[in-house]
Amino acid sequence: MEAVIHRVSSIVGEQLGVEEGDLVPEASLLDDLGADSLDVVELVMALEEEFGIEVPDDDVENIRTIQDIVRYVEGKAEARA
Amino acid sequence: MNARITGTGSVLPDTKLTNADLESLVETDDEWIVERTGIRERGKVEEGEATSHLAARAARGALELAGVDPSELDLIVVGTVSPDMITPATACFLHRHLRVGRPIACFDIGAACSGFLYGLEVVSDMLASGRYRRALLVGGETITRFIDYEDRGTCILFGDAAGAAILEPTDGPGGVRSSLLKADGEFWDLIHIPGGGSLQPATTSMISQRQQFLRMNGRQVFKLAVQNLEQISHEVLDRTGWALEDVDHVLVHQANLRIIEVVASRLGVPEEKVHVNIDRTGNTSAATIPTLLDEVNRAGKLKPGDKILCAAFGAGLTWAAVTIEWTAPQVGS
Repeated sequence: MEAVIHRVSSIVGEQLGVEEGDLVPEASLLDDLGADSLDVVELVMALEEEFGIEVPDDDVENIRTIQDIVRYVEGKAEARA
Repeated sequence: MNARITGTGSVLPDTKLTNADLESLVETDDEWIVERTGIRERGKVEEGEATSHLAARAARGALELAGVDPSELDLIVVGTVSPDMITPATACFLHRHLRVGRPIACFDIGAACSGFLYGLEVVSDMLASGRYRRALLVGGETITRFIDYEDRGTCILFGDAAGAAILEPTDGPGGVRSSLLKADGEFWDLIHIPGGGSLQPATTSMISQRQQFLRMNGRQVFKLAVQNLEQISHEVLDRTGWALEDVDHVLVHQANLRIIEVVASRLGVPEEKVHVNIDRTGNTSAATIPTLLDEVNRAGKLKPGDKILCAAFGAGLTWAAVTIEWTAPQVGS
């Protein structure tokens, strides 16, 4: 299975329309990648579909960077395992 | 027996609130509003103007197009969350304004932004029963009366409008083909007006806490709107026996251009089939679908046989979808 970081980066790149080179783990969705609050909702929906998880609204507040997403998705996968 | 739409009408208030006007009321700016909502201006009624006044203007347009005199109506239904008064129903005021001249069935539907589509199912079934012959259905709102112009999250979104349709029974295959109505009360608090009802009646302290105004959790609503609008669109099309490619016109509740765009792209509907007027109207709640339908109709874009998909979403949460095969003559032809 493709590493979570690659799947996350690919979704973020597609949803926000940013170049692959800008998709570094510490990139902030709002500050570096130009997302607005609704982009984040769309991104969360795409992540939920890709990984078969549910992201409650309260958790969205704590997701700021690509690395945060990866950790969150991996945490969800572990919780399920 | 089906019900078919024989006339449409709509009205936007003469007074507009532009994004520049809102800049002077709350901390916001034109670019921010346009990027996130697609809205450039929204109508706002004058002092003393109520929902029934807008509804009557929209209704007269629909009656004229249908060639129906108010005295021929035997049913008036209004979808609204901003009635003239808590009671009587706005439909009763409309009955008076239109001078129907005799007692007929009049009532309001409380299904928020889904109100017009809820109304289409209810009215269609009443006409199909054979007991009613000519119905007036209105989605009308003066929702700006319930908007807090200190809350920049909501005051940029909402506007006033009314849209109307005349419905009559038909033995033909066209008209309102199918409909689906849904609600989930677990999500009641995502969009609500807390004060002024029986739970928090009007008191000076209720008003000083600004409880009479609409409250909304925009992010959650955005997500549930997109998911539910997509799903219910597929379901109503299945029920109708239409494929998405068969649909000629898509009318999605005009709540936010971003929601409309995301739903259209997830459904895979080409942009030219998706009608939009939110840039000039804002979110007019139950009035969005009938107002848009009338604009598209009067622009001569609806031809007999055209297949129309409507989907709406709002407080409740409620959501609904309706398929219509257009039967009225093309306007201007």
